[in-house]
Amino acid sequence: MNARITLRVDGRDRPVALDTRTTLLDALRDRLSVTSPKKGCDHGQCGACTVLLDGRRVVSCLILAVACDGSEVVTAQGLVEEGEPHPVQRAFLEEDGFQCGFCTPGQICSAVGMLQEVKAGHPSQVTDDLTGPVTLDDEEIRERLSGNLCRCGAYVNIVAALREETAPSEETSPRAETSPSEEAES
Amino acid sequence: MEFLRPATWAEALAAKADLPEAAPIQGGTDMMVELNFDVHRPAALLDLNRVAELTRWTAEADGRLRIGAGVPYARLIAELGDRLPGLAQAARTVGSPQIRNRGTVGGNLGAASPAGDSHPALLAGDAVIEVESAARGVRMIPADEFYLGVKRNTLLPDELIRAFWMSPASGPQYFSKVGTRNAMVIAVCSFAIALHPGERRVGAAIGSAAPTPRRARAAEEFLAAELDWDAPLEPAVLRRFGELATEAASPIDDVRGTAGYRRHAIGVMARRTLTWAWNDLRAGRTERRAG
Ligand SMILES: Cc1cc2nc3c(=O)[nH]c(=O)nc-3n(C[C@H](O)[C@H](O)[C@H](O)COP(=O)(O)OP(=O)(O)OC[C@H]3O[C@@H](n4cnc5c(N)ncnc54)[C@H](O)[C@@H]3O)c2cc1C
Ligand code: FES
Ligand code: FES
Repeated sequence: MNARITLRVDGRDRPVALDTRTTLLDALRDRLSVTSPKKGCDHGQCGACTVLLDGRRVVSCLILAVACDGSEVVTAQGLVEEGEPHPVQRAFLEEDGFQCGFCTPGQICSAVGMLQEVKAGHPSQVTDDLTGPVTLDDEEIRERLSGNLCRCGAYVNIVAALREETAPSEETSPRAETSPSEEAES
Repeated sequence: MEFLRPATWAEALAAKADLPEAAPIQGGTDMMVELNFDVHRPAALLDLNRVAELTRWTAEADGRLRIGAGVPYARLIAELGDRLPGLAQAARTVGSPQIRNRGTVGGNLGAASPAGDSHPALLAGDAVIEVESAARGVRMIPADEFYLGVKRNTLLPDELIRAFWMSPASGPQYFSKVGTRNAMVIAVCSFAIALHPGERRVGAAIGSAAPTPRRARAAEEFLAAELDWDAPLEPAVLRRFGELATEAASPIDDVRGTAGYRRHAIGVMARRTLTWAWNDLRAGRTERRAG
């Protein structure tokens, strides 16, 4: 059975007719030629297909495109504004947070979603104090990006990129007072 | 494949009555894996994501919380972690952050896997599942009576899960899970405990160590009879509690662990979670710590 839907992808309305079984990932890649989300496993396990759906990070391989009719989808490609990389993308470049790059668009979308969750005060599995604001130390970064695998093992530099990104003077995190040197104590 | 998108709960119930073989889909984190791998090819899908009431929770007049089947884990943790600490701890171990943004307790109940992480916490916390059909209306099912077998629950073909009901924690609660790491790990086995100091009673349940999640009844009854609520925990009581929790299990050998290992681990988790909860109680705090 076919359905006609409109996805708002990276700021543009994209009408598309598709089989109702099509996943959001396949719709983006195969029907709309938006190829920054990658298909690593089609199983929800690797995170390479992560996009922001109405602002929240999700794995696009486990969502039916028809269920996203009218929704806002942002991919790593769409994070670029007027040719300028998003601060998280810049941090990945500066810290060499990738090797082959296959996992990178998913890592970036996941990181952007993660920073918003931190800002909203969402605790993670390793957050001890559930009442105060979250201190984004290395352990928190690792835990919060645990849904994104990197087969090249670029993890050390990915953590460094996000440490950099959330360091003082950045407005993306409420933890502006936490410097990387303080994190080393925990 | 037919794709149904009801906009209201009444429409969803009507659709399920018309087409009982339609498979409901909420977060899709179980269902989509089966679809993508062709394990399961339902004649129709019933997408519940437009039914707004499923994604809400309310504090009811009787003091209990009624949580819609479609509230994702991430919201459960952020919005109800203080009132349902045991369940929130379990929710924090489900999948990955991306999975927790979509996955729900309703879907966990629908899938009814013995390894589902919410089940032991629902059992220990005396949750009641609200299910409904267009023909017969609401049935309130204690979690204890909800699970029938491996991936089987008491839902009838025309029924949908509307919500689960739980009292806010009246004492310390803990969830513990054995797995190789946090993200993406299906529990080798798990254990949940909830202290009800007002009633001088303890809820305890095991996961992934029997065909269904189940209460450790003998262990609960032992504590109700033997626990001195005004004293430090006696080592003999702790030991016996661990033994009785282990006896509640009837585990199998599989790729994730042997039956013997699971029995051992249940005993360790039972003793450990009771100790944590008891220490919290003695210290006069009911809020949770990192599990
Ligand atoms: C990578 C990965 C890791 C995972 N890790 C874990 C884990 O650590 N622990 C764990 O417990 N689970 C895990 N899961 C499984 C899954 O995320 C959970 O079971 C989750 O709770 C399912 O919720 P959902 O809303 O996505 O369910 P869906 O996939 O939408 O539905 C699951 C089942 O419930 C039925 N259903 C859904 N809503 C209703 C309703 N309202 N009424 C009746 N039936 C309904 C569906 O028909 C289906 O049979 C994992 C899954 C993935 C892909
Ligand atoms: S392709 Fe979606 S998580 Fe791997
Ligand atoms: S950079 Fe190659 S998979 Fe991560």
